Amino acid sequence: MTKEKAQILDPEGIRRSLTRIAHEIIERNKGTGSLVLIGIRRRGVPLAERLAERIKEIEGGSVPVGTLDITLYRDDLTTMAYQPLVRSTEVPFSVSGKTVVLVDDVIYTGRTIRAALDAVMDLGRPRVIQLAVLIDRGHRELPIRPDYVGKNVPTSSKEEALVKLHEIDGEERVIILELPD
Amino acid sequence: MVINGKDLISLRNIPAETIKLILDTAEPMKEIINRQIKKVPTLRGRTVVTLFYEASTRTRMSFELAAKYLSADAVNIAAATSSISKGESLKDTARTITAMGADIVVLRHPMAGAPELLARTINASVINAGDGAHEHPTQALLDLFTVREKKGRLEGLKVVIVGDILHSRVARSDIWGYTAMGAEVRLAGPATLMPPGIEKTGARVYSDLEEALEGADVVNVLRIQMERQQQGLFPGLREYANMFGMNRDRLKLAAPDALVMHPGPMNRGVEISPEVADGLQAVINTQVTNGVAVRMALLYLLTGGAHSEVAY
Repeated sequence: MTKEKAQILDPEGIRRSLTRIAHEIIERNKGTGSLVLIGIRRRGVPLAERLAERIKEIEGGSVPVGTLDITLYRDDLTTMAYQPLVRSTEVPFSVSGKTVVLVDDVIYTGRTIRAALDAVMDLGRPRVIQLAVLIDRGHRELPIRPDYVGKNVPTSSKEEALVKLHEIDGEERVIILELPD
Repeated sequence: MVINGKDLISLRNIPAETIKLILDTAEPMKEIINRQIKKVPTLRGRTVVTLFYEASTRTRMSFELAAKYLSADAVNIAAATSSISKGESLKDTARTITAMGADIVVLRHPMAGAPELLARTINASVINAGDGAHEHPTQALLDLFTVREKKGRLEGLKVVIVGDILHSRVARSDIWGYTAMGAEVRLAGPATLMPPGIEKTGARVYSDLEEALEGADVVNVLRIQMERQQQGLFPGLREYANMFGMNRDRLKLAAPDALVMHPGPMNRGVEISPEVADGLQAVINTQVTNGVAVRMALLYLLTGGAHSEVAY
């Protein structure tokens, strides 16, 4: 049976992590000049929106936010029993020449981010792409590393890091689940 | 979610939720068509064969583009220039194609039932691109997609299909599709071109087009095939235009925001007047674009399906 092992972040913890990441994004890019945020479905989307709000509070300027669905770029489609649902990609601005910050909730193998990089590059030619995640749980299978991390959480492959956001889940916390053998 | 089975042969008995899955998947596909770089890597390494025993420009091109936008390899076999003209049977042609590794075969054939026969013969997925006067399911799906896109819903809409219902595979698939989605289908056309017993599908038959048009949300005009006149099924093109041609005055009987649709190619001045075909309510070009999106959705969904049974 799946059981909850530990709570990693409470609502306050998530809020503080996002505030720090917002500051780091502004600092690293020296402002918000050519900055755009793109959230990866599903939980990267509300996180990107929250980061944009935070950045606006700090710097004043509003930052465009887009939504990326990476289903059509997955590398495991041929091995799956049936096709996963494709949802819309909504990036209503040009990414060419921009500083694109991809936003996701958890980074694990890195394969989602690999797909997201291909997806963004099919939309245009960004000047630079950076990656912000709330949780880095290790176990990378590709040479991909986030630029902004809310919290590093060492996990075993029998565990799962679960981010719950009130926009999607109706509750707000990050937990570690122990998966059945 | 999954389309049950490996093939798309007919919309008869197709569950509303399957139609909804196809339409929902076509939405993100349409976004890809509108990009500068119209290509995603999804079906890399898959092969789609279009096998056409009848002339077609838009349907075949639509399937080929759909396959290419998804990075599949697309190969066309036109019956006139292939071994089919040497007398090879459909089954043998299909076995040859699958032996070469095709994953999906798109078939257009003058005989009703040919796609189903093919689907039982080969392991590859089969999509019916029109079989005789039986069905043309992808045309109906693109019609449904276009109406849902413009109206925001299908349920409760009044849909008029006007013309040669008897010989129309589009009409048959449309009836099943619209009915499954909860729309009301009204059929209008000359009595000689109305199949007996068609009202068993749930559609209502009108001999008077103007009566059918009252309050309609969608007017789907079918193509009149010129050769039917020689068969004596209607007296003349001019008389047909007078009785059943869609013109500006008749369109006023429908709802003010009614959509005008046509599966193409159009006979301007016969089943549809130029001012209606080019008018603000016509969505005929949108149908063509949406056709590519819907076929992309089907290619994507079928390549993931369980390869076991014939479903629809």
